[in-house]
Parts: sequence; C-alpha cells; structure tokens
Amino acid sequence: MSEEKLDLLQGTLDLMVLQTLAAMGEQHGYGIARRIEQVSGDEVLLNQGTIYASLVRLQQRGWIDAEWGISDNNRKAKFYSITKRGRKQLKEDVAYWRRLAMVMGRVLEQ
Amino acid sequence: MKDGWLEQAWNRIRAFFHKEPLDADLEAEMASHLEMAVEENVRRGMTPEEARRMAMVRFGGMQQAREKQRAARGLPFVDVLGQDMRYTLRTLGRDAGFTTVAVLILALGIGANVAVFSVVNTILLRPLPFPQSQQLVWIAPPPQKCGLSCATYSIDAYEEFRAQSRSYQDITGYNAFTGPDNLRLTVGNGEPQPLTGMEVLGNFFQVLGVHPMLGRLFDPEDTLKGAHWVVLLEYAYWKRQFAGDKGIVGKEIELSGEPATVVGVLPESFDFGAVFSPGSRVDMITPLIPDYERDDGNVIPLIGRLKPGVTVGQAQADAEMVVPKLCWNIKYPQSCGSYVNKQGASIEVRTLKDYVSGRLRRSLIVLWSAVGMILLIACVNLSNLLLARAAARGKEFAMRSALGASRGRMVRQLMTESLILSGAGAVLGLGLAWALVAWLAHQGSLALPLLSTLHFDGQAVGWTVVMAIAAAVLFGLMPGLRMASGNLIETLKDSGHGASAGRKHETVRATLVIAEVGLACVLLVGAGLLLRSFLKVLDIDLGFQPDQAASMRVVYDDSAANDDARAARRGVIFQEMIARVSVLPGVKAAGIVDFLPLGPNRAWGTPTPQGKTFPPGALAAPLVYVCTPGYMRAMGMRLRGRDFRWDDGPKSQEVVIINAAAARTYWPGEDAVGKVLMSGNTQLHVIGVVDDVHTSSVEAEKGWQIYYSAMQRGPDDAHLVIRSSVPPATLAGSVLRTLRAMNPNQPAMEFQPLRTIVDRAVSPRRFFMLLVGIFAGLGLLLASLGIYGVIAYGVTRQTQEIGIRMALGASRGRVQRSVLGKTLSMVLIGVGVGTVASLAVARLIASLLFGTEATDPMTYAGVIVLLLAVALVAGYLPARRASRINPLTALRTN
Repeated sequence: MSEEKLDLLQGTLDLMVLQTLAAMGEQHGYGIARRIEQVSGDEVLLNQGTIYASLVRLQQRGWIDAEWGISDNNRKAKFYSITKRGRKQLKEDVAYWRRLAMVMGRVLEQ
Repeated sequence: MKDGWLEQAWNRIRAFFHKEPLDADLEAEMASHLEMAVEENVRRGMTPEEARRMAMVRFGGMQQAREKQRAARGLPFVDVLGQDMRYTLRTLGRDAGFTTVAVLILALGIGANVAVFSVVNTILLRPLPFPQSQQLVWIAPPPQKCGLSCATYSIDAYEEFRAQSRSYQDITGYNAFTGPDNLRLTVGNGEPQPLTGMEVLGNFFQVLGVHPMLGRLFDPEDTLKGAHWVVLLEYAYWKRQFAGDKGIVGKEIELSGEPATVVGVLPESFDFGAVFSPGSRVDMITPLIPDYERDDGNVIPLIGRLKPGVTVGQAQADAEMVVPKLCWNIKYPQSCGSYVNKQGASIEVRTLKDYVSGRLRRSLIVLWSAVGMILLIACVNLSNLLLARAAARGKEFAMRSALGASRGRMVRQLMTESLILSGAGAVLGLGLAWALVAWLAHQGSLALPLLSTLHFDGQAVGWTVVMAIAAAVLFGLMPGLRMASGNLIETLKDSGHGASAGRKHETVRATLVIAEVGLACVLLVGAGLLLRSFLKVLDIDLGFQPDQAASMRVVYDDSAANDDARAARRGVIFQEMIARVSVLPGVKAAGIVDFLPLGPNRAWGTPTPQGKTFPPGALAAPLVYVCTPGYMRAMGMRLRGRDFRWDDGPKSQEVVIINAAAARTYWPGEDAVGKVLMSGNTQLHVIGVVDDVHTSSVEAEKGWQIYYSAMQRGPDDAHLVIRSSVPPATLAGSVLRTLRAMNPNQPAMEFQPLRTIVDRAVSPRRFFMLLVGIFAGLGLLLASLGIYGVIAYGVTRQTQEIGIRMALGASRGRVQRSVLGKTLSMVLIGVGVGTVASLAVARLIASLLFGTEATDPMTYAGVIVLLLAVALVAGYLPARRASRINPLTALRTN
C-alpha cells in the first residue's frame, strides 16, 4: 500500500460514531466499526478496538445510550443509540466541520 | 464548554469507583465483538484460524483498546498517581536506611522552619491582640541617657497632651515605675503572698479595646482621691490564686494591709507582661489615681488610639505642635515647655506594634534566614543522596524507557518519591515544631515580647505544607531530570555506565556539595560572629559583681509624723535589718537600695558643680539611687573615697556619691572627692566616686549616676542586697526569718540572685545566639555528611581505576593522599565561595553584633580551619577504604 491510511484523531472518531448511529439507528460496537470502515472506503486506519473508548466518552456525555441486547445472529451484544442531545450535538459538529473544510479548502487552493 | 461536560465529570468519578464491573462489561463487549468479526470472516470464506487472526488484526491491540477505554472513562490521573505511590512506597520500603535518614533530615529542617515561622509570626507579623490594633500608637520622648524618667510623662503633661491633641480617640498610660512584687495579698491568717500589681489609668482597657471576662472595668469614680481600692485580676493569677472562682467579682480581699474589692477578671487573651514588659509577670491591675502621682514627676508612657483615617505621620506632626505646651508640673510654671528638646526631636509617635517588637525585627529576620538555610542545605544533601540512588537505579529507568515510559512519566514518579519523603518529613516536622512552640511559649524568663501568646495554629500548618512542597521540588527535581535524560543504550549495556557518564554525574554531585559547604560556611560565620558578640557582652564590666549576691525586696513601716522623723526611723530600721542579716553565717556584706541596676530607674534634679557654669543642655539629669551604707560593698562596686555612714543623717551635711562618668564631666581632670554639687540651693558634698554601673541595659552606654543616703532622702522602694561566701539560695530561708522577726508583715519575697537579673537582660541575645549556633552545627553536620557521601561514591565508582593504579605500583599512602586531596580541593572551593558570601551577609547583620567587626578575622579563620578539619575527617574513611583496595579483586569485578 503506497498511500498511508489517515490516522484518526480522538474527536473525529467520536463524530463518526455519532453520525453512524444517527444514520443507522441502534447498533453494536462491531457494527459501528464495520460501517465506518465501509463508508470511508477503507481509507481510514481504524484499530477497531479503539471504538470502545469513543463509545464510553459519548455515553458519559449523554449523547448516546447503551443497552445489552441480542444481535441478529443471536449473540449478546451491547447496543448503542443516539439521544436527542446527541442529535443536537451532531448537528453543531457537522456544521462546524463543513465550515472548517470550506475554509481550509479556500486557503489551500490559493 | 461543550454540552455534557459536567455529566461527563460526574460519570468519570463514578466510573473510578466501579472499575471491576465496568472492566467485566468491556471484556464481554470485546469478546462479543471478536466473535462477530470471526463470524463475518468465516462467512466471507476464511478458515476459522485465519478468520480469527484477521479479526484480531482488524481489532488492533486488545490491551491497548482496554487501556484507551479505561483512560476515557475513569480518572486516569488518579490511577497513575495511585500506581506511582504504591511503587514509591515499595521502593522506599526496600531501602529503609536511606528512607529513615532522609525523613529525619527533612523532619528536622521542616520542623525548625515551622517553629521559627511561628515565632516570627507571633512577634513580628501578627497584629497585636487588640481590636483595630493598627490604630494604637506609643507616644514618648526619644530615648535619652536619663533612663526611664526621660521616657515618660507627668500626670499634668498627660492631661494637657490629651486635651490638646486632635489625632486620637483617646490616650491612656500606666505607671512605668511599678516594680515586681509590689503588693501583698493576705488570705485569712495565712502568710502574705507577694504579687505584682500594675497601676494603669482609668481608661486603659477602653483605649486598648479589652473587655473583661467577668465583672466590669474601672469607672471614673475609682480613680478619684480617697476612692475605695478596686482591682482587676489577670486571668492566669485568677486561675492560680483563686482557683478560677467564678464568684470572685465583688469579693473583698486584703491587699498590703488595706481592703480592696475585686471588680473583674480580665480575659485570657490579655497579658500585660507579654506586650509591655516582656520577661515579667503582672498579676493584678489597679487604678492609677492621678492626684496621688501628680507631684511624682514623670511616671507614665502614653498609649493612644488614633482616630480612623489618621496616619502616624499626622499624629507625629500634631504631637510636635502640642509638646511645647506641656508642663511638667503646673504648680511650677517654669517647668512648662520643658519637654522640648533643643537638639532634636522632642517626641516620637510610633505604632504600638513597632514599639513592642520593632527592636527585634533584625534578629528575627536573621533567625528566619538561618533556619531557611538549614532547610536548603538539607535539600541539597538529599538531592545528592537521591542522585546517587537514581544512579544506582539507572538500569531500571533505561528498561522502563525502552518499554515505552515517557520521560514525563518517570520524572513524575521520581517527584512522587520526593513528595512522599517530604510529606513524611513534614508530618514528623509538624510534631517537632509543635513541641518546640509549646516549650518556647513557657519560657517566662525569656524577655521576648508576645512570647506567651505563641501558639500553634493553622498558619503554621499551612507553612508546613508550603515548606514540604518547596523542599520536594528543590531536592527532587534535579535527580529526576538527570535520570530521565540518561543515555538508554549505554545504561543497558552490561558493563555499566561509561566512565564519562559517571564523571559528569560526579561533577554534579561535587557541585552540590560545594554549595552545601558554602552555605554551611555562611551559617558558621554568622554563628561565630554572634557568639563572639555574646561573649563580649558577658565580658562587659557591669560595674558590680553579680555572682555570689542576691537581693530581696523588704517591707518596713514607713509611717511617722514628718519627713525628719521618718528619715530617723528609717535609719534605725535599716541599720537594725542590716546588722541582723550581716551576722548570719556566710553573709559578707549587706545593704539596701531603692532601685537595682538593669531594672527600672528614675532621675530628678540636675546638680551643678559649685562655682562652675555649663552651657544649657550640657548637663543631663543623672539617675538617682538612694542607698544605705554597705550597699556598694554588697554589690561589689568599686568605690574611691568613703561610703555612707550611719551618722550621715538628716542633721549632718548632705552627702552624695557620684559615678566616674559624672565626675569626669563635672570636674574634668580633677578629683571629685571633697567637691560640692549645687542642687538648687542645697549643697551636696561628694564623698566618693564609684565606677560606672550599667543601669538600663548591659549593652547601652553608661549614663550618670548619683547616690544619696537613705537617711537624707526618701527611697522609693527597698531592696536588700546580700553578698555571701556561700551560694545565696541557701541563705534565703534564714534571711526571711530574720526579716520576719523584725517585721511579721514581711511577705515571702523572691530571693533573687543578681546573676538572674543580668541573665534576663541578656536573654534575648543569648537565645538568638544559641539558635543560630544550633543551626550552624546542624548545617555543619549535614555538609560533612554530604562530603562523605560524594567522596565515598567517587571511591566506589573508581574502584577499578584505583586497583589499576595500585597494581602499577601506587602505594597505599599515595592513594589515600589522592582521595584526601580531592576532598580538600572540593571543600576549599566551597569555603572560598562561602567566605565571600559570608562577608556580604555579615555586613547585613552588623547591627546585631557587639564589639565585633563583621570582618572579624579570628571568626573567619576559625570557621575555615573547622571546615577543613571536618573535610579531612569526612574524607578519612573513604580514603582508608580506597587504600585497602585489593588490586586483584578490583580488576576482576566489574
């Protein structure tokens, strides 16, 4: 692989997880990690295990909820879902990122 | 702040306390994650083994995931701290010897610092124990040679000053001539007990802002002529004499043969002696009746409470305007304006706090610096010790660094070690300081103001914490930084640290020791200078012999029809007293005087030599002493001419004895014996000249003294002075019995050796000198330990090298000399630096020295010799060890 995968910062992984939950609804840790890998087209260097740190952070802030349940394959898994406050936070963060990307794009294009 | 941070903080704390269930939860989640990943991989077509491997690879490090999750959910800082602490306690526990020494050194340094801080806080920093104490000022004439009489005002002057001044809410004063044991309390049929009663003006407590604990304060009626005698009890006396009887208010007591009523008890926080007369105790407060003292001349110093917003400078200007209007006694109009000093300032207004403790500021700052230096030396020493320890653990740190520990983490762990050591030292030091403070507060004979109010409080504890942290940073930072920056590979190699790393190490340690020696040198020079000053003070010719002599206050019946009759009766009583006491076995001489040296004194009159004129202001009022024949012999004063005789009575010519300084001024170059002084119209015949006696303080210049015969002038008091060939204390009982046989009303007064009076006068100087001396000794001990440590370490490090040298033919003596030479060179540098620093510091304390120059060569030479000797002793053991090295063994080991 000539190109290196992008290293993810803590804050950006949190945002990805939040967005994934907003889009997918209730999901367990493995599912979220797989989804992020797929959606990002495998460009993201993601040690799947690091997602649990993200999940606990988001949970402690009250942006996602967690509950033990049964997956489709009859496995016990912890399911996460976004809360109303989480949705609000997501909206703010997305707006911020869009603005940031636009400004960076402008500055780097000159 | 982003939404939810408070919730997160709360959840973090909760997670900290629920580690196990949360860990178990995570394990379950991760297991489930892996199972699902394996399933998916299998579905994609991988074999079970490969599916598992891929799943693990995709997952990333399991331990890393766990740690990240834990760090995200709990209080990682606390966890790390806990880890560090447990580890530190383990390592310290393993090295019990080092830990004990380190903690003890720290306890000593921190404890001493906190104790001194408490003393400085009590005497210098804390405001006086009165409400709004910054408003209280001391108003007095500037210090002059005529002692206490020139430092006080008369009643008339006080009343005028009070009326004319605009700056004060009120002004008060007390009778500065009150001596100890001036009253007697008779309870029932028991022996009269002596006690000290202080006379104060009626508004004394109101001005100070002191409220009685029981009963009331003085009323204006209590200060009128003929008023019934009322007293206020000091708290300590009330507890001691009346057993804290709550019903004491209103009770009648018999005081010096008169009835008196106790009207109140003062609160525990008030201690007259602590503020106004350190080193002495006051038991009762009685009202000063102005009309009785109006003709007694200067009696009261003035204490005023400034109006809010008035500054001391404004009060000073106000006072200077009022001073010319003051009359010494309004019955003599020519005495008005007599308080104006033509040469300089006539009156001084300063804050009461400044009067009480300003004199000690310098000494206390010196003390504080000295004790701070001790802690500094201790920290340098510990730094050295820790460096050596860290060097020994070099491999451990290299390993940890190789395993991924960040430099910050290792420094933090070393700092934890320092903090724990200094924390333990601080706890022990607190105990030490508490004990020291408790002991100091009870040293009643130490004439330091406010000493009895010394107590251990929150500020002292706070200071302990500050000191502990400062010490930890001081001695922990250096080793920590050094260790964490070591060369990894070099250290891990089996052959140990390379020669260059070790040498650099040793240079650092040697530098630290040089610093230690320098600091110890400064302390030693300071202590040495103070010691020489103290010895010079002790050496001072006091003018009398304090050893083998003691004094006791005597009571006699002074009632008679007129002055002449009284004088005659007095003569008879005194002569009888002295005759009876003189025949007691062991008594060599006895006499009576009204004021002892180094105590209160007074002055009146300005006698002038007959037939000579002096420019106005050239002659000051000499201190006046009234005494009997035999007094001077009892005191061991050197007299030329003749002593008073018992027939120098009211009918014969008035005779006086003057001191040498007065004689030199009155009749320079001539013999004063036989000459006449004029006091108004009275002729005073000089019958003798006595050598100068130190009257107000041991270190101050001697003023002029004039002695009158007790049969010709009225003594204000009566102290019986006895010189004995046996220890005076053994005579106390028999003297008292003899006096009681003559006068059954004689109370059991204290039989005070004169040496005690002198000791009390020099007690502050002795106290400081002792403390600084102790600190200097400690500093020397620490420095010598430091020297030993570095030299010993150097020898160990160079074992191989020394072995080689010996194998190549170096003799034992040569090796020893080289080690000692290294020691000496290190100490010489330290001494050099220290001497330069001492010269600078000594200049700062020059005002505390007596009869000693700040550059006193003997002291410096002595200190240098001492340090070099110590260096030799400290280097001796390692030198011996070095010379004993067996070359074969040395070359074999690594």
